[in-house]
Amino acid sequence: MKKICLYFEIHQIIHLKRYRFFDIGRDHYYYDDYENERSINYIAERSYVPALQTLLQMCKDHPEFRVAFSLSGVGLEQLEFHAPQVIDLLQELNKTGQVEFLSEPYSHGLASLANEESFELEVKRMSKKIKELFGKEPKVFRNSSLIYNDEIGAQVAAMGFKGILTEGAKQVLGWKSPHYLYHCATDPRLKVLMRDINLSEDITERFTSNPIMADQWLDWIASTPEGEDIINIFGELVTFGIFHPLEGGILEFLKAIPVLAKDRNIGFALPSELCAQKSVGPVEVPYNISWVDEERDTSCWLGNHLQREAFNKLYSVCERVLICNDRRIKMDWDYLQASNNFRFMTTKPSMKFRDIYDSPYDAFTNYMNIIGDFISRVNNLYGGAENEEINSLITTIQNQDDEIAAKDKEIEKLQKLLAKYNPVEAKKATAPTPQVEAAPKKAAKKAPAKKAPAKKTAKKAEK
Amino acid sequence: MKVIMFGWEFPPKIYGGLAVASYGITKGMVEGQPDAEITFCLPKPTGDEEKFLKIINMSQVPVAWRDVQYDAIKDRMVGHTAEDYYRFRDHIYADFNYMGVDDMGCLQFAGGYPQNLHEEINNFSIIAGVLARSEQFDIIHAHDWLTYPAGVHAKMVSGKPLCIHVHATDFDRSRGKVNPTVYSIEKNGMDHADCIMCVSELTRQTVIKEYHQDPRKCFAMHNAVYPLPQEYKDIPRVDNGKEKVVTFLGRITMQKGPEYFIEAADLVCKRTSNVRFCFAGSGDKYWEMVDLAAVKGIADRCHFPGFQRGKQVYECYKASDVFVMPSVSEPFGIAPLEAMQCGTPCIISKQSGCGEILTNVIKVDYWDINAMADAIYALCNYPGLHTQLKEEGLKEVDEITWVKVGHRIRKLYDECIQNGGFLH
Repeated sequence: MKKICLYFEIHQIIHLKRYRFFDIGRDHYYYDDYENERSINYIAERSYVPALQTLLQMCKDHPEFRVAFSLSGVGLEQLEFHAPQVIDLLQELNKTGQVEFLSEPYSHGLASLANEESFELEVKRMSKKIKELFGKEPKVFRNSSLIYNDEIGAQVAAMGFKGILTEGAKQVLGWKSPHYLYHCATDPRLKVLMRDINLSEDITERFTSNPIMADQWLDWIASTPEGEDIINIFGELVTFGIFHPLEGGILEFLKAIPVLAKDRNIGFALPSELCAQKSVGPVEVPYNISWVDEERDTSCWLGNHLQREAFNKLYSVCERVLICNDRRIKMDWDYLQASNNFRFMTTKPSMKFRDIYDSPYDAFTNYMNIIGDFISRVNNLYGGAENEEINSLITTIQNQDDEIAAKDKEIEKLQKLLAKYNPVEAKKATAPTPQVEAAPKKAAKKAPAKKAPAKKTAKKAEK
Repeated sequence: MKVIMFGWEFPPKIYGGLAVASYGITKGMVEGQPDAEITFCLPKPTGDEEKFLKIINMSQVPVAWRDVQYDAIKDRMVGHTAEDYYRFRDHIYADFNYMGVDDMGCLQFAGGYPQNLHEEINNFSIIAGVLARSEQFDIIHAHDWLTYPAGVHAKMVSGKPLCIHVHATDFDRSRGKVNPTVYSIEKNGMDHADCIMCVSELTRQTVIKEYHQDPRKCFAMHNAVYPLPQEYKDIPRVDNGKEKVVTFLGRITMQKGPEYFIEAADLVCKRTSNVRFCFAGSGDKYWEMVDLAAVKGIADRCHFPGFQRGKQVYECYKASDVFVMPSVSEPFGIAPLEAMQCGTPCIISKQSGCGEILTNVIKVDYWDINAMADAIYALCNYPGLHTQLKEEGLKEVDEITWVKVGHRIRKLYDECIQNGGFLH
């Protein structure tokens, strides 16, 4: 039985305000509150609320209907603040049990391409937040704009996710079909769901310019070859109401899907249900892919000099932000990372909407001014210490952790050996070990001192 | 395709942008279209003009009959030949002896923009009547208002279609306070024209709104730029190290908006200590600007090297990190294209016509000094932006060629000749 896997992204950025270079060092608030409130209310009213209400009704009318969502942390914050009714609706949807929430990076940023540690922290924060709101730990992950490569796959698998969503990009799939379940080439535990570009974009991109009927669309799905059972339809929730006005009947299209699917013996599935199945083979993705533009790569965020400079500048302070405890800085870090900020700087002709900016150069200038102020604030936290000094300290700290972990293993090994040769001595030696294990978590610097005696005892025992 | 063009300036004698544009248009047409034959009429050529087109020296076209010997004039001719002189003499259409003609029966021009400019414009038009009777051509093309009366006269005599090329209007030069005589000449020329080519959409809109022309016969015909000669390409780019140089290059007049540049410079100087500002050019606002810089207290960071000519202009571009053109009203503005050829990123005002065809420049409103200052600061401090604009700007400007402009002009000519204009 063919199954449609529907998934929608809910994300809105925090809009940056016009920030001139003379504000650097004077004004540390970078956001356009009025625009944030206006846009989120507009989008909630025009798109999120009617779309979610429709989906809720569909869940009630059709017990076999399934739909998945993911929320970005920054989008969620805005909804909590300005449009809580959207969250209420999501929770109501959650109660039907036909809905799944996926995890994604909190900031909707490009940390997966820059810094592993930062990426992992963001994902964990988002998962935690999803659990708080909807009571379930997400099992499936989707990266910002479905960015994916083999390394990201391995990292996501290590975080414990069962599956990941990504684009069924032609340069990756070649002759293969996106209608099968694949697994990550570097870590077979992670299943990969590939978006069907054509069928998805019939709705998300072309609905207004080239309207279709639901029966026609489902006929296309039904006519896919035997055995191609997974139809991944991914998009943004703003497809309904913002990309395509509701007057065009896009919600009616949506409503008709489960009704007509039943006639054609097509079912629905959640990403986690699909990921429980057996994959048909690995999918190798050596280069970044995403769901944006014709190229389906990261060129719309990192395609030109401007974007790369802004990106490098931002992530140059990544470690420093991670180890600091300043709430304001952490908050700014989330908001500034959003990938949309880089997208405004693209010089590709496909870019139509640029927010307040006239041109990519304008977007770049504004963003760099803000980053300039932000970086100097971060550096001030460290008393204006030189870059190299701090970097060497950071590496020391990181190395210490690794060192401790390695030594812990060694101790364990030696204790096992000890237990083999001399069970009495071994009991004495095991006593101090819990302390050693707890030590690195509390303070990395103290650890080596405490470890030394433990090591000595072990050596003695060996003799 | 035979074209008769009336122009006022032509290199090597350059007074302003008109000479460069006239050269580019004619050269682009001749290079791109082997069948294009251009006769270019100039009030006073130097004889050193490039030979790719036929030059007619209006100072040596007779309007009164004189019995001159071939040998006596053969060596005096500059531009056209003595044979041409005799042919023109056969087509004198009225008695202009009262006009103060010389021994060859010709009217003299001072060249350039003298005090008796209106008289010279009139004389130019009288001579055009002789040319229109003696020469064979398919279309008439008149550059800028000085030659419109000549174009109109030639059209009346020959019945051939008239194209006029609007390089600037008096509305741009005077910021709205037009000279009525100039306006009437411009308006008359446009009324008689079958096709009006404007150097930008901005100018086209002025022509439609202020001169009440039918939009169907007005076309935007953007200028282009010639590849740099090797001599200029070889000028090395100056690395100013930590110091950054921001340049304004042009006439220091009201039209070019120099005061906005100083205001923006003041804002930048308040927050930086490594940016210098260069004011290259002369004009009626020169002293006022020096004074303003002193009042703002930034005179130590502002430099006024005066008028730059020839190679100096390119040396100036190459020594700059940023080029700014804050013009209040600029029909086209070729300077940013030249700066881009030298690899200097540009900030231009949105009120400049060249902005319509350029994407790798920063555009700001001329009055928005905050945005202008911000853009200057960004170009001096963020190397990514500088590299992006420099590299992409070079690629972009290489694509803007006069040959392409020539083809577009040719298309309009053909339509104009076949359909007898655009109004039907």
